[in-house]
Amino acid sequence: MEQQRERILKIRNLNISFKTGNGKVNAVRGVNLDLYKGETIAIVGESGSGKSVTTKAVMGLLANNGNIDSGMIEYHWNDEYTGEPKTVDICQLSEKELQSEIRGRKIAMVFQDPMTSLNPTMTIGKQIMEPMIYHYKKSKKEAYEKALELLELVGITDAEKRMKNYPHQLSGGMRQRIVIAIALSCDPYVLICDEPTTALDVTIQAKILELIQDIQKKKQLSVIYITHDLGVVAKVADYVNVMYAGKIVETGTIDEIFYDPRHPYTWGLLSSMPDLDTDDDVLYTIPGSPPNLSHEVQGDAFAPRNEFALNIDFKEEPPMFEVPGSKSHKVASWLMHPNAPKVEMPESLKKRLQKMKEKGDAKE
Amino acid sequence: MSEQPILEVKNLKQYFKVSRKFTVKAVDGISFKIMPGQTYGLVGESGSGKSTTGRSIIRLYKPTDGEVIFNGKNISGQMTKEELKLLRTKMQMIFQDPMACLNPRRKVMDIIAEGLDIHKEYKTEQEREQKVYDMLELVGLSKEHANRYPHQFSGGQRQRIGIARALVMRPQLVIADEAISALDVSIQAQVVNLMKKIQKKTNTAYLFIAHDLSMVKYISDHIGVLHLGHLVETGTTDEIFNNPIHPYTKSLLSAIPEPNPRVEKTRKSQSYDYETSGIDYHKGTEHHVEGTHYVLATDEEFAQWTK
Repeated sequence: MEQQRERILKIRNLNISFKTGNGKVNAVRGVNLDLYKGETIAIVGESGSGKSVTTKAVMGLLANNGNIDSGMIEYHWNDEYTGEPKTVDICQLSEKELQSEIRGRKIAMVFQDPMTSLNPTMTIGKQIMEPMIYHYKKSKKEAYEKALELLELVGITDAEKRMKNYPHQLSGGMRQRIVIAIALSCDPYVLICDEPTTALDVTIQAKILELIQDIQKKKQLSVIYITHDLGVVAKVADYVNVMYAGKIVETGTIDEIFYDPRHPYTWGLLSSMPDLDTDDDVLYTIPGSPPNLSHEVQGDAFAPRNEFALNIDFKEEPPMFEVPGSKSHKVASWLMHPNAPKVEMPESLKKRLQKMKEKGDAKE
Repeated sequence: MSEQPILEVKNLKQYFKVSRKFTVKAVDGISFKIMPGQTYGLVGESGSGKSTTGRSIIRLYKPTDGEVIFNGKNISGQMTKEELKLLRTKMQMIFQDPMACLNPRRKVMDIIAEGLDIHKEYKTEQEREQKVYDMLELVGLSKEHANRYPHQFSGGQRQRIGIARALVMRPQLVIADEAISALDVSIQAQVVNLMKKIQKKTNTAYLFIAHDLSMVKYISDHIGVLHLGHLVETGTTDEIFNNPIHPYTKSLLSAIPEPNPRVEKTRKSQSYDYETSGIDYHKGTEHHVEGTHYVLATDEEFAQWTK
């Protein structure tokens, strides 16, 4: 796998704040993120950790009171005609440029609730054709044919009949398929899925995820998943970023995060997953609640909830430490400092991960 | 088991008349029992009738046919005033969306005390306050929260308020309709732990309606799998999870994503399509597997599945 990876998206030191009635809220505090062609990354975290805000900034969809304070979001692509590599910083683009160049055309998004993201007064055929006519100036006929193709791609039978349907005539799973078809209509390079299956039930969830994976392979898409469901992450992601209070606290390949987590917050997240094999009486929960980001955070934001917190955690913010022996695995915790006392993950989690590993190895 | 069930549902049917020619049979003849202090998990995909079942039991709908026996009294037909009062106080519901189910213009104190106000369950103002404070403490909130409005709370805290409101009447049965689906994983765990803790203390029975099987497994003693208004498989949690018989149950179980990347990458979920499977729920009868484990099937199907 020593193939040259082609970088598509490069986010560096992104800071986003919102002005509210109670003062400034620093929702995203220095996020670094890389996305390569054909790969899938997942951003995991509690609600309010800033995972949605980060991706909305990528799409240029921040709310009016939101502001990108500093940082850059670089988008790389090859020109359609000449094939030469090009780069643009999304933060510097005007609204007009964003709308005509980036949004929908290069980066598309699938939202959580398929009912609110579709227009209830338009037939689905029209809604799939609309972006193509807008962005690529396609004729109606061309767009219609492409729409039929897309519907078949997302696994909808009787495509011609469905084109005339309205959203309310379809089931939740079908609607999400339509939303995916719309997202794919302009052949984007990056697909952002913001909790794509949270509103759907398990059987349909599995089908939608398999569909997205399938399309990804066919079209060489890069996909960003935002989710709080670790089961979903395990199924789809190549790389995982764990986010807490506006910062990425741990990043690594999927195996590194699931079998060798280093940050206490990741330990907590993994421990609180109900698992079909455990019979403990009480589910593990992370004590306390996330910090209020309208106040300046002193030191490590997770420290007050962290039973392994060191003194320095309350004073100074930890930098990203590289885990020895790995290029991709990085952790923002003072526990990783060479001089820190050696702290092991909780015994029960260790046992559980060991069991998971054995089960995984047995399957392979 | 000589104990009396707290709730017994017998052949419950709930039809909705859409037009003169067309009726939706949302729930089509289901039966189950809940014992005091136990949790019954009702699972199924959206549209399977699980929420309708909960709502028919608490009489938000009038059941089309069948019996609902709560505490030895039939509550499916016309009720006397006392029966209605018993139902409205001793059976409570927790709803899915904690934002939508709390009145945004009332303080938490009044939201929780509303049931007490209606049924005049207190003598003095102080007693009312005390009851609310006790409840807040039980669900892990503090006294100061009583004077705030719902929008000042996070999702998990709001759900706790919903639980406090349900429990303040000291109910014998709580119907939790997708009570944790809208919450984050770590907060789901908090709420589930809380519900379990309260159950131990008060011996309340729960009817837990959900589509997330991993949580259902965790909280339930018994499980009923609902599909298209029919209860296709019932049994204790272990029986269902260790030995699923019905193809629909199997497909549901296979769809649970496992937080284990190496297993998950290779796993494909089993699909189940009622129309092409050739199974007719109307023809099936209940077949006994073992213990309390029952499957809805015809004789041939049963022989085939248990082979």
